[in-house]
Amino acid sequence: MNMLYPQFEVIRNPSRCINCRACERQCANEVHGYDENLKIMTCDESKCVNCHRCVAICPTRALKIVKTDHTFKENANWTEKAITEIYRQAETGGVLLSSMGNPEQHPIYWDKILINASQVTNPSIDPLREPMETKTFLGKKPGKIERDENGNLIDNLPPHIELNMPVMFSAMSYGSISYNAHAALAKAARELGICYNTGEGGLHKDFYEYGENTIVQVASGRFGVHTDYLNAGAAIEIKMGQGAKPGIGGHLPGIKVGADISKTRMIPEGTDAISPAPHHDIYSIEDLRQLVYSLKEATNYKKPIMVKIAAVHNVSAIASGVARSGADIICIDGYRGGTGAAPTRIRDSVGIPIELALAAVDQRLRDEGIRDKVSIVVGGSIRNSSDLMKAILLGADACYIATAALLALGCHLCRTCQTGKCNWGIATQREDLVKRLNPEVGAKRLVNLVTAWNHELEEMMGGMGINSIEALRGNRLMLRGIGLTQKELDILGIKHAGE
Amino acid sequence: MLLKEGQVRIPAGCAISGIFHKDGKKENGERIIKSISTMHDRSNGLGGGFAAYGIYPDFKNDYAFHIFYDSNRAKDECETYLKENFDIIAMAKIPTRRHPRITDEPMIFRYFVQPLQTVLAFSQLDEKEFVVRKVIHANHNIKGAYIFSSGKNVGVFKASGFPEDVGEYYMLENYEAYSWTCHGRYPTNTPGWWGGAHPFALLDTTVVHNGEISSYDANRRFIEMFGYSCDLLTDTEAITYIVDYLNRRIGLNYSEIANVIAAPFWSTIEKKPEEEKKRLTYLRNAFASLLVTGPFSILVGFEGGMMALNDRLKLRSMVVGEKDETVYIASEECAIRIMQPEFDKIYAPRGGEPVILTLNKGGNAQ
Repeated sequence: MNMLYPQFEVIRNPSRCINCRACERQCANEVHGYDENLKIMTCDESKCVNCHRCVAICPTRALKIVKTDHTFKENANWTEKAITEIYRQAETGGVLLSSMGNPEQHPIYWDKILINASQVTNPSIDPLREPMETKTFLGKKPGKIERDENGNLIDNLPPHIELNMPVMFSAMSYGSISYNAHAALAKAARELGICYNTGEGGLHKDFYEYGENTIVQVASGRFGVHTDYLNAGAAIEIKMGQGAKPGIGGHLPGIKVGADISKTRMIPEGTDAISPAPHHDIYSIEDLRQLVYSLKEATNYKKPIMVKIAAVHNVSAIASGVARSGADIICIDGYRGGTGAAPTRIRDSVGIPIELALAAVDQRLRDEGIRDKVSIVVGGSIRNSSDLMKAILLGADACYIATAALLALGCHLCRTCQTGKCNWGIATQREDLVKRLNPEVGAKRLVNLVTAWNHELEEMMGGMGINSIEALRGNRLMLRGIGLTQKELDILGIKHAGE
Repeated sequence: MLLKEGQVRIPAGCAISGIFHKDGKKENGERIIKSISTMHDRSNGLGGGFAAYGIYPDFKNDYAFHIFYDSNRAKDECETYLKENFDIIAMAKIPTRRHPRITDEPMIFRYFVQPLQTVLAFSQLDEKEFVVRKVIHANHNIKGAYIFSSGKNVGVFKASGFPEDVGEYYMLENYEAYSWTCHGRYPTNTPGWWGGAHPFALLDTTVVHNGEISSYDANRRFIEMFGYSCDLLTDTEAITYIVDYLNRRIGLNYSEIANVIAAPFWSTIEKKPEEEKKRLTYLRNAFASLLVTGPFSILVGFEGGMMALNDRLKLRSMVVGEKDETVYIASEECAIRIMQPEFDKIYAPRGGEPVILTLNKGGNAQ
C-alpha cells in the first residue's frame, strides 16, 4: 500500500509520440519506459519531479506534466501538503528534506515597492546616448586621507573587489553542483567582470585561472581550505549562515564524494562531508574577529574579508558586530535563498525576508556611523533587475544571485537537488548527467542574463536621472511602498505611494 | 494639509549669479541685485538670497550668526542656548526696509559671538567643529529658530520673494563685499518658507545652487552619519554639508572636492595619465557616496574664495566672464553682461570642471 498519490501526471499525446524513447533516455528518475510488446511508451509518474527535461527534449512536443487533480477532502487547515508530509514522516521517521528557497506564500516585499522616475524638474538621462555607470567597488572606505611630503594623496584604501556591475554569483559548492556548472559560472564571471563564489567545497585546480573573479569561501567544515586556496581569489568569504537554513550546517552525502570532489574538499572518497552548525572556533563575535584577522594574516592583508550571515530576527545587531569585527563586506542571505538540501521545516519557517533585513541593517550601520566601514551584499532572492535596483536603493552595495543563475543554466526549480539526479546536469555528480550541461553554452546564457539585467538597470537609472550606481545606493526617497502597513514602511524606511 | 519645507522635500529650479574680486576690492550689493533681476523669469517669487564676504570688518574674528525666529519664545530659547555656549559680543536686529512684495517676515537677528572658552575646552572639540555642532543642534532642536548664517566676516541674507526684492529688503547697498553670490528660486511646490531660500551656509561655506540632484537621499543618508542634520530636506543643504565635510573635516581642497562630487566618468578617468588616473580613482572610490548626480550648477563661497561647478553632464547652464581682476559667473550670459558689458575672456566651464577663484596674494579682503 502507498498512501502517497503521485503529485504529477505525465500526459503523452499518442497522436504525436513517435516512440523515439528520448524521454526514457533523458529521465534520470526513470519515469519513462517502453513496452516492447505493445510498442508504446509507458510511465511511472510516482517518480516524476516535474523537472521538464522530457518535455523540453521531446521532438514532437508530445509531453506535458500537469498537477494531479486527485484530491483529499478539502480542508483549509489540513491541506494536501500537511497531510502528505505526515504520511511521509510516519513512514520513514525522518526529517523532511527540501531544496531551493522557501516556496511558501509569505509577502514578497520587492513586489510591494515602486521605483521613481524624473519628470520636468530633473531630466531623465538616455543610457544609449550618455555614459551610465554601474562599476561597483566592495570593501571598506578609509574615512580619512593621507598625503605625502608633496601634498599628494596617498592611496590608503583597504583591499576591495571591483565589479563591472553590482551583481555576483552566490556561493554554490562543487559537490552541491557539478563541475560543468562551476565552469559555466567561472567563465561567465570572468567575461562579465564580476565574481562567482566557490561555496564551501574548495576550488577545483582547473578553476584557479579564474582567481580574479572568484570568491573563495571558508565555512564551518573548512573543506578545501589551504594557503593557495585563500590566496587564489579576489576575496575570502566566511560563511556563518545561509538564508535557506539559518542555524544549521550542511551535509554532502558520501555518495556524491567521488575522486575529484574528494581531492578538492580534501576528504576521503565516499565519506560524508558534514559542515557543523557553528564554526567550532567561533562561539561569539570576538572569535569571529580572530578568524577575520587570521585570514587577513594568511593573505598578507591583500584580500577583503566577507562575512556571510543569514537574515534572522536580530540581524542588524549581528551585522553591527560583524562590521566591527574587521570584516570588509557583510553578505546577508534572506530566507528565500536557495540550497541544495535543507530540512523543510527550517527552510520554510526560519529567518526573515531579505528586504526587511537589508533595510534594518543599512539603517543600523548608518545610525552607528559605520556604514562606510563595510559594504553590504544581499541575496535570497533577487529575481530580476528591478529587485536588484530596489535592493541597491534600500542600501545594498551589490546583490548575490544563485537561483536566477541556475535557472539561466536550465534549472526548472523542481526542488529535488538533494536526490543528486538533476536531469539538467546542474545539481548532480553523475557523469552522464553532468555532461548534459555544456559550460560554454551555460556561460553564454549567464552572460546574457546578467547583461540584460544591467541594461535594464541602466534604463531605470536613466529614468530617474541617475547616471552612476553610487548615487543609487541607499537613495530611499526613490522608493515608495504599495499596500504596506505603516510598520512595514517604517522598517523599510520608505514612504507610501502618493506621499 | 500643505507641508512646510523640512517636512517634505521640495525640488527646485533656479538662477544663480556671483561676483568675485580677486584683488579684494569691495563693492556693495547694487550690481549683484541688477544681475539677478535680469533672470527674473528663472525665479517664481518663492525665494531669493545673497551671500556677501568681507562685510563685517569690525567683527572679522567673530562668528556672525544670522537667525530667523518665528516667535519670541523661540528667540528666548535660542538665546538661552547661545549664552550657554557663546560669548555674545554684539547683537541687533538685521536692518531691513518695508517692501510691498516681502511679507510674512520672521524676526531676523544678527549676533557676533565667540565660543565660551571653558565650554569649548570641556567639549574637547576644535573651535569650528564646536560651532558647527551648536548650530546644527539649534536648527534641529529649537522649534521656530533657524541659524542660517554662521561664518566669520560673511553674511547670508535671504527671504521668500523675488531675489531683487530680497536685496532691496535687506538694504544690501549698505554692505561692501569682495565676493557676492546670489540666488533666485523656483521651487516646484509652494510652502514659501524663508529658511528654504538659498544660500545655505555653515561656517564660511555658502552654497547657491541651480538644479535638482537625483542623488539627494543617498548623499543625505551618508552625510548624516557625521553629525549633520539635513532638516530642510533640500539638496542644497546637503551639498553645503558635503563641502564642509570634505574640506574642513577630511582636508580635501576645492579641486579635489569637485573630483568627488562631480567625479569624471570612469571612461574619462581611464584615458588620463597613470598618476592622475590613480588620484581620480582613489577620490571617486574613497568618497563614492558623495558623488552628486542630476543637474546642478553651484557657486560655493568660502573665506577668500569661490568655486563654480557644474554637474558632470552639464545639465545646467553657467557662464564665466573675466574682466581685469574681477570674475562674473551666472546662469545666463545676460546676467553678467548687465554688470560688465565687455570681458577679457568669457567661457562656459565644462561639466565637472571647477572654476576656483581665490584672492590674489596680498589682496586685502579685510
